[in-house]
Amino acid sequence: MPTDMAGNLNTPVLDVRGLRTHFPLGRITLKAVDDVSFTLRRGRTLCIVGESGSGKSITARSILQIVGPPGRIVAGQMLYSATPGAVPVDIAKLPARGKQMRDLRGREIAMVFQEPMTSLSPIHRVGWQIAEGLLAHGLMDAKSARARAVDLLRQVEIPNPHEAVDRFPFEFSGGMRQRAMIAMALACNPKVLIADEPTTALDVTTQAEILRLIKRLQVENGLAVLFITHDMGVVAQIADDVLVMYRGEVVEQAPVEELFAAPVHPYTIRLLDAAKKLGMAAPPARPNVAMGPVMLQVRDVSLTYPAQASLFRRAKPPTPALRGVSFDLHEGENLGIVGESGSGKTTLGSCLIRVLKPTTGEVRYQHRDGHIVDLAGLDREGLLVAHREIRMIFQDPFASLNPRMTVEQCIGEPLLVGGILEGKPLQMRVRQLLGMVGLPPDVASRYPHAFSGGQRQRIVIARALALDPRLIIADEATSALDVTLRGQILDLLLELQPKLGLSFIFISHDLGVIRYFCNRVAVMYRGEIVEIGSADDICTHPQQAYTKALLAAVPEATPARRSLLAS
Amino acid sequence: MGRFIARRLLGMIPFIFLVSITVFLLIKLTPGDFVSNYAASLAASGETVDDSMLADMRTRYGLDQPVIVQYWDWISGVVKGDFGYSFQWQQPVVSLIGERIGLTLIMSVSTLFFTWAIALPIGVYSAVRRYSWGDYFFTMLGFLGLAIPGFLMALILMFVGVSVFHTDVGGLFSPEYANAPWSWERVVDLAKHLWVPMIILGTSGAASLIRIMRANLLDQLHQPYVDTARAKGLSEVTLLIRYPIRVALNPFVSTLGFVLPQLVSGSVIISIVLNLPTAGPLLLQALLGQDQYLAGAFLLLLCSLTVFGTLVSDILLALLDPRIRYQ
Amino acid sequence: MSEAAIAASPLATASEAQLTWLRFRRHRLAMFGLVVMLLLYGIAIFAEFVAPFSPDKSNARLVFHPPQAIHFIDDAPDGWHFRPFVYGYRLARDPKTLAAKYVLDGQRKNYLKFFAHGDSYDLWTLIPGNMHLIGPEDPAQPMFLLGGDRQGRDVLSRIIIGARASLSIGLLGVANSLLLGIIFGGLSGYLGGRVDWFIQRVIEFIISLPTIPIWLALAAALPKDMSPLTKYFCITLIISLIGWTELARVVRGRFLALRSESFVTAAWLDGCSRKRIIFRHMLPSLTSHIIASVTLAIPAMILAETALSFLGVGLQPPAISWGALLKEAQNVESIAAAPWLLLPGAAVAITVLALNFLGDGLRDAADPHAH
Repeated sequence: MPTDMAGNLNTPVLDVRGLRTHFPLGRITLKAVDDVSFTLRRGRTLCIVGESGSGKSITARSILQIVGPPGRIVAGQMLYSATPGAVPVDIAKLPARGKQMRDLRGREIAMVFQEPMTSLSPIHRVGWQIAEGLLAHGLMDAKSARARAVDLLRQVEIPNPHEAVDRFPFEFSGGMRQRAMIAMALACNPKVLIADEPTTALDVTTQAEILRLIKRLQVENGLAVLFITHDMGVVAQIADDVLVMYRGEVVEQAPVEELFAAPVHPYTIRLLDAAKKLGMAAPPARPNVAMGPVMLQVRDVSLTYPAQASLFRRAKPPTPALRGVSFDLHEGENLGIVGESGSGKTTLGSCLIRVLKPTTGEVRYQHRDGHIVDLAGLDREGLLVAHREIRMIFQDPFASLNPRMTVEQCIGEPLLVGGILEGKPLQMRVRQLLGMVGLPPDVASRYPHAFSGGQRQRIVIARALALDPRLIIADEATSALDVTLRGQILDLLLELQPKLGLSFIFISHDLGVIRYFCNRVAVMYRGEIVEIGSADDICTHPQQAYTKALLAAVPEATPARRSLLAS
Repeated sequence: MGRFIARRLLGMIPFIFLVSITVFLLIKLTPGDFVSNYAASLAASGETVDDSMLADMRTRYGLDQPVIVQYWDWISGVVKGDFGYSFQWQQPVVSLIGERIGLTLIMSVSTLFFTWAIALPIGVYSAVRRYSWGDYFFTMLGFLGLAIPGFLMALILMFVGVSVFHTDVGGLFSPEYANAPWSWERVVDLAKHLWVPMIILGTSGAASLIRIMRANLLDQLHQPYVDTARAKGLSEVTLLIRYPIRVALNPFVSTLGFVLPQLVSGSVIISIVLNLPTAGPLLLQALLGQDQYLAGAFLLLLCSLTVFGTLVSDILLALLDPRIRYQ
Repeated sequence: MSEAAIAASPLATASEAQLTWLRFRRHRLAMFGLVVMLLLYGIAIFAEFVAPFSPDKSNARLVFHPPQAIHFIDDAPDGWHFRPFVYGYRLARDPKTLAAKYVLDGQRKNYLKFFAHGDSYDLWTLIPGNMHLIGPEDPAQPMFLLGGDRQGRDVLSRIIIGARASLSIGLLGVANSLLLGIIFGGLSGYLGGRVDWFIQRVIEFIISLPTIPIWLALAAALPKDMSPLTKYFCITLIISLIGWTELARVVRGRFLALRSESFVTAAWLDGCSRKRIIFRHMLPSLTSHIIASVTLAIPAMILAETALSFLGVGLQPPAISWGALLKEAQNVESIAAAPWLLLPGAAVAITVLALNFLGDGLRDAADPHAH
């Protein structure tokens, strides 16, 4: 660390007092940020944590005054001191489009956004986008700016920086793009780095790398970091101070150890409980479960997307999505399938239920009445019968319900189509199902748009249960929900399980959720199962290198154990 | 990039081939042929019709051959530059169409640039100042432009020209330059007359392009990468031009592919109304009189022109958008 | 449950169709377009009644009669009355040019009456009648609200009768295009693969052709001795042969988007047959988009028919359409003598304008997330 920075650590660089950002919308005014105060210090990381709608993102944007209309800062001060002891400038009073504000942006305070694909311009080269800030602020000429861009790419650990500088964003992977964004933010040597959920869209191993990178750069440059997230695990691993927001207001603010050890506000307690419940240190929900006979036998399932050759386009080679996947599922068991993007876990789920047809392999399923079929080769008629006992829950609660059908029609569709029930008995059954998932029966005539995400997922579950199934395949069923809701949905499924005699195949990228819900876990990487065993064994004594890396990357919600940044 | 162009050119060949077949079928669609038409007009004016003379005419013009043979004769001639013979005018087709097709091309392409030049700034303005008075004004103007048929506008302008200004707005050249050889003065004269048909032709095209630009730009204005640019400290104008406008330019430029056919199409009608020395008037006459080689030549060239326009459009888009090049 | 209560407002039970209608209603221009179109189609349906005179009633002595403005308040010796009338015109000679000119005669008031008896007609060729919405009290008196043409026929009546042909060709043509568009677009979007590739190439090919020359060629190919009715249907067919491509694209785009929606997968897993998936699950999502696209496609049809008839290859006299009426205004001399002959063009412009407003509003209501 440069010696002149040693004495600057912990001095305040940005002091926000009583910030209010409101959105006048006709008759009502949305108070997105309501009386928020905090202090950013050099060399320290402040995490703002909250769920969707908490106003954490708007707070970050208010600092740079890039809140889109009709949002406006209506009150408060944001005192910025470029050097320790300097007279602070009140950013809140600066005109949003004025020169002073523009000088501040990128040069003194820089920002990294959530979605690297859409946050980088698709048609400009990466090197150009990194160098642009330098040129715009008049800090360098074109040649030096390009050299600096190459240097920055090296610092953020992008391989072959001399070539990478001339590439376009779409040529990079998600993690690489985010590194490029960080390089872009640091180009002008800012004092403050604001990161708005930079790792939410990334795999957990990539997230760990990015978090390490940011930490390293912070230490090297004496940056003050404002890190926005919804993940308490990330907070525990990287924060020095924490700010908890709910519906635009600050509910609690404390140094990280204090917050985790002795939270005061009920909302904070709820957040921490939800995080801990689905964290790696917590006990599983069903530790000792007797497993019944084998219900599903998957043998050597492979799926290869065929080559695409055409006179008018570049040829695409055959792409293997699944390679020789095999496992057994017992009755009453919850089997978790965990992996990152590209692991093939969703493809596997689709193959099991025959939304996709495997290229080779067998999926032997034993029906309730005892007879066994191979789902992989079954015809439509056989599938219709099988789909009464095997059902699916999808990830996106907003997309899996037909917006033009009432709740009753959605839930009743499998019963109607299968000729099982109609008319009054159908209505009764729908009401019964609604009660089972914890929704009042009179919502049957409403349309999906009237419900929240968590409620819609309950409707989806009710639809899955309509035919009295034996096996439910849940494909990232809780990933789109807020943290506090996840536990509720999982508990609902666990509650219904013994009553209805259900078994689950639970696909997710979230190891904590899998640990809580499942008895056995299969870890997938690049289309193969690399390790399979009891949830306990996998999480405490992983054998394979990939599993170990995966586990090491999961941010634990315990500030005392900062394993994530250790390597 | 070169491979991309080569691939697209290769793909163009079957299209042009298909165009020639379609065109030939179109002109052969009418029952009878030039000779029977001629005979009918003779009979209508009271003259006697000599059957053997008609049969002679048929043989002479090759109209007694089966359709496939006629097509083959025609297409093999076209490839060598021989477009056949015009029955109505008793001349080789080439001497009739040459200048007219050229002028149609000039009129359409210059109107294309004209509409782009108008539509781009107005579209940008409408998107950036959405729901302002200016936006509403231009939207209204645009709708009006779309609603009034081009030939009606031509009629109205003719009327205004005669009754108010006492000038004849028709024609592309002043009388002294009408049949003169090409010279700089002739070009200037053309430019002086071209603006009337250009405005008429371009109005409805400009209206739809303004709406396309507005819609595309609105899509881009709220994209995250615009926020990123703002957070870097760029001025509003700079970031507007460099990012969302630049990205919205791509689909805008690719409209060449369907605007050019519309312009060529519209120029045919307007030239009939204003009696311009372009393809329109002669084509209509040829179709009505079943002068098949003249009509065929016009149709073939007009259609090939527009099909080629889509090729140019694709190439332009690939030049502007790296995502397409790398596919 | 710690989640917020489920929305209790009446919007909660609103179906997607109702929500779309509510979004549409907020577009004032679109509502205006809707009202205008309903009015125009109403006039077209009851054309014989709405038109003051028979469109073929000619009068050699009233050639190129100028338009007569309606005055609603009659200033009579015994006070003011609400009694509509028009001033009569008489022919006089211009002293300088010696040409015949119409001059307003302030003394002659031809009174008008609503629901007057006039020329007899057969409504829809079935129901005989002779009542007109408005007409002169004395049937022998002229009433040229929009002027007279070169044969002394009432331009207003001809425009109204012409509305029937012009507007119905628009509807028929679009129905045709819709059929072709749904079939090809649906096949393309649902089946994908080679079928999609082939149909897309065909559509690209058609779009790249200039329409007017093709239409001219097709229309000129029609036998000259065709009956007006057959010709009417042929023209409709010709116009719809090119117009279907845009609709096919919209349908294909929607199908492709819907195919990957998880509720469609869920429907398949529920056991729905392919037919049920298409008709019960996918088609309702298409309807509002299709209605919007269809509305926006009608103006092109109307403009096409107008252009073709104007050029002499579409509907010809004695058939009456706006394009055929404009043909009489084809040269400068006619327009100079009687500029009101261009008024059918105003009818076309108003129709196209109203349809564009309406279609725009429908499209925004169907897909509010577009922008």
